[in-house]
Amino acid sequence: MTTMTEKTKVEIIIDDVAHQVNAGGNLLQECLSLGLDLPYFCWHPCMGSVGACRQCAVKQYRNEDDRDGLLTMACMTPVQPGARISIADPQAVDFRAGVIESLMISHPHDCPVCEEGGECHLQDMTLMSGHNYRRYDKKKVTHRNQYLGPFINHEMNRCITCYRCVRFYSEYAGGVDLAAQAAHHHTYFGRHEEGALESEFSGNLVEVCPTGVFTDKVFSERYSRKWDLQTAPSICTGCGVGCNTAPGERYGELRRIVNRYHSELNGYFLCDRGRFGTGYVNHAERLQQPQDAEGKTLDAETAAARLREIAGKAIAIGSPRAGNEANHALRRLVGETNFHGGFSAAEQACMDEIAALARDPAFHNPSVREIEQADAVLVLGEDVTNTAPRIALALRQSVRNRAYELADSAKIPHWQDAAVREIAQRERSPLYLFVNGATRLDDVAEANIIDTPSGLAREAFALAHRIHADAPPVGGDGEGNAEQLARIAEQLSAAKRPLIVAGAGSGQVELIRAAGNIARALHKRRGNGGQKPVDLCLLTGEVNSMGLHLLTRPENSLAAALDKLANGEAENLIVLENDLYRRAPHARVDAALNAVKTTVALDLLPNRTTARADLVLPVAAFSEQQATYVNYEGRAQLAWQVHRNHSAARPAWQWTGEFAHFREALNDCAASAPAMARLAEVLPDTSHLPGGGKLPRQPERYSGRTAMKANLNVHEPKQAQDPDSALAFSMEGVPARRDATLLASPWAPQWNSNQSISKFQDEINGPLRQGHGGALLLKRGAGGAGFHPVAETDGTTGIELAPAWQIFGSEELSARSEAIRRRMTDAYVAISPELAAGHGLSHGAAVNVRGENASVTVLACVRGSMPAGVATLHASDRDIDFHGLGARVSLAPAAGDTPAAQALDRGLGELIVSDLAREG
Amino acid sequence: MNTVDNQLIASTTVAADYLREAEIAEIEHERTLYPDARAVGLEALKIVQKHRGWVSDESLQAVAEYLQLPIAELEGVATFFNLIYRRPVGKNVILYCNSVSCWIMGCEQVKDKIAGELGIGFGETTTDGDFTLIPVPCLGDCDRAPVMMVGPDQHRNLDRADLGAIFAQYREGREQDGR
Repeated sequence: MTTMTEKTKVEIIIDDVAHQVNAGGNLLQECLSLGLDLPYFCWHPCMGSVGACRQCAVKQYRNEDDRDGLLTMACMTPVQPGARISIADPQAVDFRAGVIESLMISHPHDCPVCEEGGECHLQDMTLMSGHNYRRYDKKKVTHRNQYLGPFINHEMNRCITCYRCVRFYSEYAGGVDLAAQAAHHHTYFGRHEEGALESEFSGNLVEVCPTGVFTDKVFSERYSRKWDLQTAPSICTGCGVGCNTAPGERYGELRRIVNRYHSELNGYFLCDRGRFGTGYVNHAERLQQPQDAEGKTLDAETAAARLREIAGKAIAIGSPRAGNEANHALRRLVGETNFHGGFSAAEQACMDEIAALARDPAFHNPSVREIEQADAVLVLGEDVTNTAPRIALALRQSVRNRAYELADSAKIPHWQDAAVREIAQRERSPLYLFVNGATRLDDVAEANIIDTPSGLAREAFALAHRIHADAPPVGGDGEGNAEQLARIAEQLSAAKRPLIVAGAGSGQVELIRAAGNIARALHKRRGNGGQKPVDLCLLTGEVNSMGLHLLTRPENSLAAALDKLANGEAENLIVLENDLYRRAPHARVDAALNAVKTTVALDLLPNRTTARADLVLPVAAFSEQQATYVNYEGRAQLAWQVHRNHSAARPAWQWTGEFAHFREALNDCAASAPAMARLAEVLPDTSHLPGGGKLPRQPERYSGRTAMKANLNVHEPKQAQDPDSALAFSMEGVPARRDATLLASPWAPQWNSNQSISKFQDEINGPLRQGHGGALLLKRGAGGAGFHPVAETDGTTGIELAPAWQIFGSEELSARSEAIRRRMTDAYVAISPELAAGHGLSHGAAVNVRGENASVTVLACVRGSMPAGVATLHASDRDIDFHGLGARVSLAPAAGDTPAAQALDRGLGELIVSDLAREG
Repeated sequence: MNTVDNQLIASTTVAADYLREAEIAEIEHERTLYPDARAVGLEALKIVQKHRGWVSDESLQAVAEYLQLPIAELEGVATFFNLIYRRPVGKNVILYCNSVSCWIMGCEQVKDKIAGELGIGFGETTTDGDFTLIPVPCLGDCDRAPVMMVGPDQHRNLDRADLGAIFAQYREGREQDGR
């Protein structure tokens, strides 16, 4: 938001001291940027000002001689050059104390039992405003709370009516099922009736609410105070975006995930998969000891020796969900020629194309912040809400750029949130979705182009040709809706910052090629005058899909590995954190595993691949190890170890025995893979730390150190050492301050809540010194490639099969987290009402999907918006041979009483789409 | 290629079955007066209330679906306004002012008298379903306080009025209408 405003500095005087602040900003934001303490509630750095709470009142003076001044709301007052204000003026102080006193009238005295206590913005502001004693002695207003699903607790009595929840939930994130109800002292923020909050971003309410109305239900069940959590800077492993997180651990359990501010990526917000999807780390079935095929436990040395012994004649398959160091260590162990990527055939093809386009100088892969700045967007084939949710939230912001334009023309500052929304009404920057059916972004889209995957590719190629004549035309009846394509071409061409989004989630390489053609056509159209690259956002599926691809030779696909193994070209197989049955036709995996002498699987939870392994080595989860991951932009980021794993599980790179320390693994990875050359830049410089010292993972107030293990042994154990990083497993050392090297959980004097992040930003919404924004690994080449030829139609008929993604259930590990499981649907195939009627299928009925080499039983999901020629399949966590089905399938009703049909007992009730065909 | 009108995707049958022809006609008339369906929400609630006496959960859902508005948002509108009734009310709603002027002029005593006549307090409905008593902040008639409205009629100077006679009119009115 502030990126759009002017950055000229002007001088203002605050309490008789001159300060340089941004012209065009508001006084509250500028005071906070200066590090001054000014209380507020309704303002949020990402959502601007509405002037609702009156908490940020300051005195403003007309000139030097004005002794009286006027009270004004800092958040609603634009900075004027030479303005004189006072925060400390007694009248302003008194006014703010009065405001907080009235806001607190019905607030319960329940801080000791409130999950927000100790990191509560309301506590901080109450103290800061000097409201120490309650004078109100009447009956407080009380409310009934609602059940809001498995993620969020509701305690309305704590509400101070700042409206930040609905401003985030509905205005920022587009949710429709949370609203302000009633009025004055009985204002209520809730759903119209009890039920799970539908928005994929509901978890942010926990951080957006200044007090304990919305709290993290999963954390509540195994709760600790903020100061009792051991924390380190981490990266979300839920998808390929690489949002920054701060996991908190206590008693060896990963207790919660909160957002960690990153100015270019996630900013202040995470999706619910990222926030609630890490329960698998504490899973009872976590692999803890090396095991042989009979399930017999081996000691770690024997197991490690066995791994090295078989490695000489082994092929290794890497993992897009494991860090670079793990993949690289395995690559070194077996040799580069024997190291294969772990992608499905369709994803491999997509990744090859994505990696090629990512090096093309005609394009720029935008960060999340840059995506928000696009003024015309085309999404091609990717269900972004379900494959890269944080980017869907950014796309939702991009459509507001039209509102900012209108605001500029009326001289309304962008932070005047209500005024900007008012002037825009329903005007939006264009967002076009080329998709298989209705999506969760439809409400802000100008149009959906709905077709089968091959149809979408044809139309996208045709669109490229419309934008620039050099792009190859589509023959035949490619253009079904010329008028609409013409309009889209015109809008994209006219935009200042157009954005094309596609990704590996579609599983259709032709869509990615078509996206490349459209972006290239836009680039050509810009001509030689402005050779600015065009924003082309290509999404990768998993946390380190890009890293794995960079470490793998182009010919070393998973399919090639399975062929080599089946043909006996390698004796042994090492599988790193990868369930091959999710990636390839089951028959081909079986053939490969049957031909292999010894299979070693390294993983953290049992799966179909570990079940077939002769040796299973337990590995550490993301929060139990240090690792680097490469996101969709090619941005390498470091995730620090948060806590230790007390079993035999260890990082995969340790099992290989190739490296003694993490830095060795990282540096060797950087040295031996050209694309990884800049990887070491992610390591912060900690050489200046006093006494070569360490930074604490535990806050200064961490309690129970001498007592927490007293039930096992009354002697306090020696603090665990961390030879691999600058962090210590203790509270000793220099805690994070504004200029600290590392920052996991922000804290500043008087600011215990997450709002203390402003104390670490040089200016509001600016970068952090501790951000270590990561290292952008991919260098763009000199000469761009040409247009891709239009895909030939292969002439086959039948129903096209595409994957259907779900934020809750599609990602392998988060799908094993208890909270996520409560929101998961069963495996389904989504089809149009015509297809359903033609095959005698009703919504929710069991259906056999038959393909080339497999037949699976799933539930039929009938969706009104889908075209007849496509079926999209969601495997959920079921044993579904998706890749065995091939590109075309047929459908037949399945008997409801077969074991396969009866196993589908989870139903489709959790599916949140707008176009479900209703029963009856 | 087919394009989808997002408004149509969520179309349902509930609203069409539930809302009566007359209600739909009036709502459609209101729709012509505003550029945005969201603005029609309040008017639609008033229309349904006019026809049915109050806005039930089913009515709320039907209006939300008919106007394609999020039901939580429409509930916000319905509960914001005191005079949209989300619970059943009696045949005559007594809006009784307990604001400053009426309070000075003795509305507390009037309230006791109402309780004596009808046996109901704020938010309650008589057992015969004839009257519901609701407090209201001001009826704009302070010079003739205390004041109340019964149905569409303003009644003034209540400290001097015969409440029993006033309420009897409405009971009789019902009998005359044969309702």
